[in-house]
Amino acid sequence: MKLSKLILGFIFLLLFYSGNAQQETNKNHSCLKCHAHRTYKYMNEDFGMEIKESMCSNRMIDTLAYQQSNHGMFKCTDCHSPEYETFPHAGNLRMELMYACNDCHAGDPEYAKFHFEKIEEAFYESMHYNRAPDAFTCWSCHNPHTYKTQARIGDKISETVKYDNNICLSCHADVNKFELLTERENINILKSHKWLPNQELHFKKVRCIECHTQLSDSLLVSHVVMSKDSAIRECTSCHSENSHLMASLYRYKSLESRKGSGFLNAVIINESYVIGANRNKYLNILSVVIFGLVLIGIFTHTIFRIFKSK
Amino acid sequence: MANEKLYLYPLWIRIWHWLNATIFIVLLLTGISMQYSNPENPLLISFESSVQLHNICGIALSINYLLFVFGNLFTSNGKQYKMKTKGLFKRLYDQSVFYLFGMFKKQDPPFPISLENKFNPLQRFIYSTAMYIGFPIIIASGMAMLFPEIIIPQIFGVSGLLVTALLHVVIGFVLSLFLFIHIYVCTIGNSIISNFKSMITGWH
Repeated sequence: MKLSKLILGFIFLLLFYSGNAQQETNKNHSCLKCHAHRTYKYMNEDFGMEIKESMCSNRMIDTLAYQQSNHGMFKCTDCHSPEYETFPHAGNLRMELMYACNDCHAGDPEYAKFHFEKIEEAFYESMHYNRAPDAFTCWSCHNPHTYKTQARIGDKISETVKYDNNICLSCHADVNKFELLTERENINILKSHKWLPNQELHFKKVRCIECHTQLSDSLLVSHVVMSKDSAIRECTSCHSENSHLMASLYRYKSLESRKGSGFLNAVIINESYVIGANRNKYLNILSVVIFGLVLIGIFTHTIFRIFKSK
Repeated sequence: MANEKLYLYPLWIRIWHWLNATIFIVLLLTGISMQYSNPENPLLISFESSVQLHNICGIALSINYLLFVFGNLFTSNGKQYKMKTKGLFKRLYDQSVFYLFGMFKKQDPPFPISLENKFNPLQRFIYSTAMYIGFPIIIASGMAMLFPEIIIPQIFGVSGLLVTALLHVVIGFVLSLFLFIHIYVCTIGNSIISNFKSMITGWH
């Protein structure tokens, strides 16, 4: 009897929670039934006809990416005007100003570890902001509907590199988006990086921001994006004992784990290898000892030859 | 016998040898400059130049290696690198004892140089190992790093690039030891420079 009660209670709980989850996913249903699709339908009351229209691509929401994003728990109208709930949407709604990160995140102790205020200061120093102060916002790089903190959660550095580089490439490899923010034409990052040896490997293994931002002591990801003339072009910035990568791409990982195994900058070799930055201290010592022994051998042999030839 | 002049090194071998030596030294210097790169060390070649020079010389060394392989395949020189395993250890031991003790007692070399045996057993063993084991590994690993996209990303959970690079560096180090010992042993001849002259004129 007791057991059956327990089972019943369990089923009830299950139903209750799944119902709640359903409610959660449905909270944006009225918006997403149109904005999650390439096409949408509405009833034209005047003519009594159902009309099918195509959805403007930059008004479309990837629902899965949204659900998984850092902002996935919000209702659309938490950030957008509640007036959007009526259709057709009023024309003046297009003029609404979007929130920036610090409208919500500033001064909140829960987000203190992300240093939003410092990010904002750095952003104001960046060439992106200074070239287009009116057009460039947080959202130019961080899509609020899909954004996920990457460096902190990504298990694999290669995933972080891909995610972060795609942010840059969304404009720097797409003329349409690039033109929104600048009068410049001609974007060809393959050509401008022609000097870089093993270009493909570099693009896959490191982020654009490794060379194109000013390193920051306090921020995990520096937001001072520099002009191309100030970008790092010195190989040894990364390919050396004091590799710059340890303060940028591998910073979070290196703070998390300090695996030794005798390698300098060991955290890099979990996934990659950087000539000049990854040296093994045991192999180094061994090579010096062997080389020293060979030299001593040669020296002793020479002494004997001189001594015995007399 | 000792006074008899032998024509040991035909022109193609001498060309191959000196090309190989020059390219190898450039590879060694640029390799060290990359492995221990440090912008503040004035003795090292700049990283950017090292990468370019190392790539160019790596390809040149590989092409030159083909000359060595084909030369040995189609001339009698190839026989100089073959050895019988029977009694090998004894021959290596005898030659080592000569270098360490015998030569100081003015003993005659246990394996005198002839047209059929231009290398003593120790040279034969070390040259064959360097040229037919060391060189193929360093060339293959070097080519892999020249085209890193062909490298397997992970080998037993370790970066494939790291394994390839370590192999390349370790073999490079061993071959550089060979270079030092080779140069030193070459000073052991009728005079200090006689063996170097032989590799220029061809006559021993």
